[in-house]
Amino acid sequence: MTATGPATASVTAALALGDDALVLSHRLGEWAGHAPALEEEVALANIALDLLGQARVLLSLAGDEDELAYLREERAFRNLQLVEQPNGDFAHTIARQLYFSTYQHLLHAELAAGGGPFAPLAAKAVKEVAYHRDHAEQWTLRLGDGTETSHERMRRAYAALWRYTGEMFQPVEGLDVDWPALESRWLESVTEVLGRATLSVPEGPRTGAWSAGAGRQGIHTEPFGRMLAEMQHLHRSHPGASW
Amino acid sequence: MVTATALEAELLELAGSVPDPELPVLTLHELGVVRAVRLRDADTAEVDLTPTYTGCPAIEAMSLDIERVLREHGMREVTVRTVLSPAWSTDDISPEGRRKLREFGIAPPRVRGSSGPVPLALGPTRTQAAETEPVHCPHCGAADTELLSRFSSTACKALRRCLSCREPFDHFKEL
Repeated sequence: MTATGPATASVTAALALGDDALVLSHRLGEWAGHAPALEEEVALANIALDLLGQARVLLSLAGDEDELAYLREERAFRNLQLVEQPNGDFAHTIARQLYFSTYQHLLHAELAAGGGPFAPLAAKAVKEVAYHRDHAEQWTLRLGDGTETSHERMRRAYAALWRYTGEMFQPVEGLDVDWPALESRWLESVTEVLGRATLSVPEGPRTGAWSAGAGRQGIHTEPFGRMLAEMQHLHRSHPGASW
Repeated sequence: MVTATALEAELLELAGSVPDPELPVLTLHELGVVRAVRLRDADTAEVDLTPTYTGCPAIEAMSLDIERVLREHGMREVTVRTVLSPAWSTDDISPEGRRKLREFGIAPPRVRGSSGPVPLALGPTRTQAAETEPVHCPHCGAADTELLSRFSSTACKALRRCLSCREPFDHFKEL
């Protein structure tokens, strides 16, 4: 995909944002039947549904939503590596949620204010994502400032996903966003929540050597292929099937 | 701004009278999701419908119900467009809609200028401490209620429990 004009640039941006939402929605859906409590199962499924709704609008701006979701190969997906990371334990899922929903909230707030092609969706998404962020924050506080075990598991989860967070602030073509400013607001917000949860901000690089993240260029981590295989299996095995 | 004709106003009222597929006590008008009806010609109508949540699965059922009602009223062709902007807010639910929700056992959303989650203080499950305006129990009316889960049977509701009558209830949360 070589971007030349504004139309192509906005397709690139729609794919990046749409794939983030689609992939994270699928990952959260994997909790169905496995969540630690019924309320939590319902919460994660509802967050997944919000993300799926956002993905449908965004992918429809880029082409046919079903074809894009079910018939693209791994290398054609433009989502962040963060969102494709396996659910891990509940702490990993919550850490991924806080990192991503804080980013998504700040990004959509800026896109909503900017008035571009993504403004109508962003204005809705920002309100939905505020609840996702709040959910992740409340769990981070409860588990971080909880027992010795829950604290340690939260600490490990935030540390494990830290190296995927730099990628969020690589500029996306077609989005008129002040990325360095977005990044510093993200860091400030995450630092504040972790501090209240008696957790420290993880050490280690978020960009450059030993960090991760080339999902926007179509380079994905090993678990992503297996996730896609499961997500696309039915559609590919039974083309044109409908309820 | 084009002035709506009498027929358009009538069709808007008809579309608005369709019950919400999830909460059939409410009409789409009371929910505040039918934005406009325009006549393209004598028997072709276009309806603007806005989703509550972007991923709300009820929107397809709503569209079909609106199409059916307007066809029964003599429209040959009905197109329902989904419009996102301006974003729907729980402030768009009419006072009548709020009253019906309460009677149905769902605590209505609080009216507010800005949307988003209310900041909460953390306790084991008690979360009412920092809230500015309490969510009243739709069963007994008590203000002493606690949040059990931010997400309930649908994305638009939270699950709460009354600390007075001990009944759990859904709260249509502010968006």
